[in-house]
Amino acid sequence: MIAYALRRLGFYLLAAWVAVSLNFAIPRLMPGDPAAVIFGRFQGRLAPEALDALKAAFGLTDAPLLSQYVTYLRHLLSGDLGLSVAYFPSPVAEVIGTGLGWTVLLAGLSVCVSFTLGTLLGVYVAWRRGGWLDTALPPLLAFLGSFPYFWLAMAALWLFGFTLGWFPVRHAYGADLEPALTLAFIADVLRHGALPAATIVLVTLGGWLSAMRTSMVTVLGSEAILYARARGLAPRTVMLRYAARNALLPSVTSFGMAVGFVLGGSLLTEIVFAYPGQGYLLLQAVRNQDYPLMQGLFLAITLAVLAANWVVDLVAMALDPRVRS
Amino acid sequence: MSGLRDALRRSPRARWGLGLFGTFVLLATLGPLCVGDPGEMVARPLLPPSVDHWLGTTGQGQDVLAQTVAGARWSLAIGCIVGVLVTALGALVGVPAGYFGGKVDEGLSVLMNVFLVLPGLPLAIVLAAWLPPGPGSIIAVLTLTGWAWTARVLRAQTLSLRRRDFVSAALVSGESHAQVMLREILPNMTSLWVSCAVGTTLYAIGASAGLEFLGLGDVSRVTWGTNLYWATNDAALLTGAWWTFAPTGVCLALVGFALTLLNLGLDEVTNPRLGADRAWRRALKAAGMQRAESTPRLPAAEGER
Repeated sequence: MIAYALRRLGFYLLAAWVAVSLNFAIPRLMPGDPAAVIFGRFQGRLAPEALDALKAAFGLTDAPLLSQYVTYLRHLLSGDLGLSVAYFPSPVAEVIGTGLGWTVLLAGLSVCVSFTLGTLLGVYVAWRRGGWLDTALPPLLAFLGSFPYFWLAMAALWLFGFTLGWFPVRHAYGADLEPALTLAFIADVLRHGALPAATIVLVTLGGWLSAMRTSMVTVLGSEAILYARARGLAPRTVMLRYAARNALLPSVTSFGMAVGFVLGGSLLTEIVFAYPGQGYLLLQAVRNQDYPLMQGLFLAITLAVLAANWVVDLVAMALDPRVRS
Repeated sequence: MSGLRDALRRSPRARWGLGLFGTFVLLATLGPLCVGDPGEMVARPLLPPSVDHWLGTTGQGQDVLAQTVAGARWSLAIGCIVGVLVTALGALVGVPAGYFGGKVDEGLSVLMNVFLVLPGLPLAIVLAAWLPPGPGSIIAVLTLTGWAWTARVLRAQTLSLRRRDFVSAALVSGESHAQVMLREILPNMTSLWVSCAVGTTLYAIGASAGLEFLGLGDVSRVTWGTNLYWATNDAALLTGAWWTFAPTGVCLALVGFALTLLNLGLDEVTNPRLGADRAWRRALKAAGMQRAESTPRLPAAEGER
């Protein structure tokens, strides 16, 4: 069991190494050198001397690639991701740190709520399949799921934020409050997070529902369920303890992959709501041609997704003895 | 293609999906000829919908209807091209992995799994930021970040087809490995890769809109993504100009819904258990019987209890 956990950890370390190396390779593989690309994007607003400074900042010395790579790795291990352009002169690592908590809160909470709610609905819909809920709910949620995250966020912001005024329209907490562990502050954070979280849940709900429904339909057709019914167990028990428990595994294994996908979507949702997480920082990075920050964000997000995947693997292992062998 | 034809014949969902998607393709090809120049300033900025401008005007005084119709062209083209490229790349990696097994499979599987866990959108954003803005970059970026899922699905199916007798027969009759993969294995999983291509197209249309919304596309070109980019830049939400972003979003959702329906229909055909239920209900109704919670029960049996 421990061997399995370690093997998965080894795989995620490999994936992390690929991400780190991609991060190194992308600027160097692009047509022209990265400093020239950035220089071009500023369209003459930079003095020519700045080109050399940019090159130095990217570690684009004339040293051979291998030694550049070693320097890059050494800086990375000491947490040095360079300086941010948009938030100059703050180090990238520090800028990313300010948004990490908000993203984990928003995306993490939305994913968990969506997974729980969608899976339970999937169980129920499969149990009463052919019923009115089964006919109406999956297509309706599939339709909602076809909206791009950020567009649904825009529509919700316009309707509930600006037109009806039910929810605050930007940021994670009111400008008049200091971040502190008080009841007033937490309530304010929840009020600000409700609308962005609701749009993410709404978009992702259908996927969980249909995955669970498909899995349930297969399990419900098995002889184990027939036997449970024949024993005269209460329908509730059969539905939840016998069918749903067995049908849950595919959903749990796809949960890990969905984390990365949902995080990508929630980045765009953050941008619409000016929610001060990684997505908002990413927008600032894109707007200001802040390449160090952009690449630092990519690394931070990737590592978070890999860690989440590993945890999901451990949960799947605990749920299903077959995974262990 | 028999799987696809089957799906269209047997599943109303697939027919509706394809019909709706076809309508949008038609709109994208012929529509721009019927509306004016989307870039031209035709009236005062931010006019609400009226008789002259059915969907109002943007923050720069352009006609929203013309922008929405013209935007369909690039958005759909990017989606379809990425769908085709990803399926080809996925088949190129996934089919040999499943077919040869052993070391080849191990190596390619690690590659697939690594790309599967790396979050696609952040990687796409970093790549797109370095490349010159434009549809070509977006197509390249989305193909590079999106192929792994297709490869994995095709690998799994190849693995199970590999052991079938017809593959052995083809090998014995002297076909090369490449021929077996192209002529025997790929045609036998048509519905699978068609459904992968449809799924990828759906993803690519949304993701390209997301990238362009961030300002990573060519903002001077009219696409659905840049429409939304300009809508936020012109503070459409602040001024309550819902007509500048609503039509584009509804179109994006309708196209997405059409592709989802098409895939659900394909699923029903390949996994008969999903669709069997509806047929069963109809059969019960025709026989004058009623259904119980999950298994059917005859009315007579009800009385005996």
